[in-house]
Amino acid sequence: MNLLKKTFFLTGIFFISFFITSILVAQSPAFLIPPTEFKAFDTPNDAGETISLTWSASPNDSPDVFYVIYIDRDKNGAFEKEAIRIKSNTSYRTSAPEIYGYKKKNGDYHYVQIFPKKVYNGETLPKKQTLYFKLTMVSGDTKVFLDAIASATAHGNLIHTKKINNFVIMIIISTIILYFIVHARRNPDMFLRKIGGLDAVDEALGRATEMGKPVLFVHGLTGMGSISTIAATSILSRIARKIADYDANLKVVNNDPIVMSVSQEVVKESYLEAGRPDAYNSDNVFLVASEQFPYVAAVGGIMTREKPAANFFIGYFYAEALILAETGSTTGAIQIAGTDAYTQLPFFITTCDYTLIGEELYAASAYLSREPMLMGTLRAQDVGKGLLIIILILGTILASFGLTFITHLFEAF
Amino acid sequence: MNFLKRTVPLVIAFVMGVLMAMQYYVPHKLSQDLLEVVSRWDRIIAGFAVFIGAYSLFHLHWTRIKRKVEGWGYSVFVYFGAIITLIFGFLNGGKFFWNDKQQGTMFDWLYYYVQVPAGATIFSILAFFIASAAYRTFRARTNESTVLLIAAVLVMLGRVPIGNYISQYIPAIADWIMAVPNLAAKRGILLGVSLGAIATSLKIIFGIERSYLGGGD
Repeated sequence: MNLLKKTFFLTGIFFISFFITSILVAQSPAFLIPPTEFKAFDTPNDAGETISLTWSASPNDSPDVFYVIYIDRDKNGAFEKEAIRIKSNTSYRTSAPEIYGYKKKNGDYHYVQIFPKKVYNGETLPKKQTLYFKLTMVSGDTKVFLDAIASATAHGNLIHTKKINNFVIMIIISTIILYFIVHARRNPDMFLRKIGGLDAVDEALGRATEMGKPVLFVHGLTGMGSISTIAATSILSRIARKIADYDANLKVVNNDPIVMSVSQEVVKESYLEAGRPDAYNSDNVFLVASEQFPYVAAVGGIMTREKPAANFFIGYFYAEALILAETGSTTGAIQIAGTDAYTQLPFFITTCDYTLIGEELYAASAYLSREPMLMGTLRAQDVGKGLLIIILILGTILASFGLTFITHLFEAF
Repeated sequence: MNFLKRTVPLVIAFVMGVLMAMQYYVPHKLSQDLLEVVSRWDRIIAGFAVFIGAYSLFHLHWTRIKRKVEGWGYSVFVYFGAIITLIFGFLNGGKFFWNDKQQGTMFDWLYYYVQVPAGATIFSILAFFIASAAYRTFRARTNESTVLLIAAVLVMLGRVPIGNYISQYIPAIADWIMAVPNLAAKRGILLGVSLGAIATSLKIIFGIERSYLGGGD
């Protein structure tokens, strides 16, 4: 009995001691478990300005524990310069899907990027300079250094591998467009659905001619670098040609000097083509203001004073869209708008007689000229849209069952 | 003449179009430097283009003053405003234009206390125009316009506190309308616009669309 009691007593003391020691050890900062798999590598798909570092997460990761990475140009250096300091419960591979994808294990590894130029305060480092890194775990006054030293050399990459999906899609769509352009030459009779706004151009110009009032063409606020402005000058050339034929008066207001220069050239050539070079007046294509609201005020004033019979609002517009369209409607003009600014479409639709919505603006050139090569691009756009719809439906169905590879296939980085 | 007016611009458009398209896929520093250089060229050209714009503006208004067309008095104000701004810009708070731009000068005052309030005034007209456009548009003439009217009323009420006072469901319905059918329509338009932009860009790069050069095709 005595022996049994002794055994129980000693066992109890042993377990209690072990239990207390475990609690103390777990809470003691002196016992940091350092991470493993510390690696450095050149960050892929960049200009050669960063180096990436990765290491496994530690069981001690918490907001009170920090990872500090030291950098040196010499493997046997002192590693005194601090490259980066992060909280140990942050910066995982999950924040870099362009490198590691969407694997579940990404949450078990840390990942950071170092900008050596920033670390060395803008100092120009030699090309192909190999840099060395040391990882430390810090908690309060306790520091645990990892033995392993990681090294890497930053260099620029020639191809962005994560944009290859974008490149392939571009090639496919471009091939489709070029194919239909060539195909349209052989088969020029192509069906185009009616676009009310473009059919109404003749009506609007005829009205202006009969009333003896000018036609006002209003460019949007973007410059020649914008596709919608290029589409607008294309429409302007067709409108100017018809106005030259009808002997009506055209006024083109511009917000940008380069757009103004292009518009002058376009209108002049249109009048020349119509055999009416004498009717062209360069003063009718002018700059009114280069700021948004002065532009609106000037165009509003022109509309109120000169009362044009037809207003064309073609291009990319911002908040001034409704002010322009409402002012024009109070003068009784027929108004045709065309924009790819989806935020302004509702305003144009409610106040203008006809509106070219989004891609109809780009289709205008083909629609008005009926040239086979231009019409071929419209067919190609429709085929592209059909492909996108199929992919959208397929991707939605797959994603509903948790298969997201199509979503990631089309991801842009 | 045709070579300079047609061929050279088309070659430039092709070369620069293909080059800048490829630049997007190359992350190397040389590619980034190329982008920086081309952007700088663009800004320089735009800077010179300002002189063309200024000439056009002053010529237009001088013609209006000379011919005394209706509203020529406003053209006098254009000259007045331009000259005053130029004078204070050159004066630069007494340091003149060859020094760095000074802060708190009369030039800044004209911008912050004349131009900005004037722009804000024009912007504020938008509120009244929205009301008048809404009054004209939101009529239950057809099935579609009835749906538009109901949706518009729900969204407007859902965006102001009174909507929540009327019913707690109104803000939720308004959010759903904006997040689901409205967003679907927006994305549909964006898809079409994106494809249209790609097609138009290709037409310009390959010289199929040449109307921007003037003289048709």
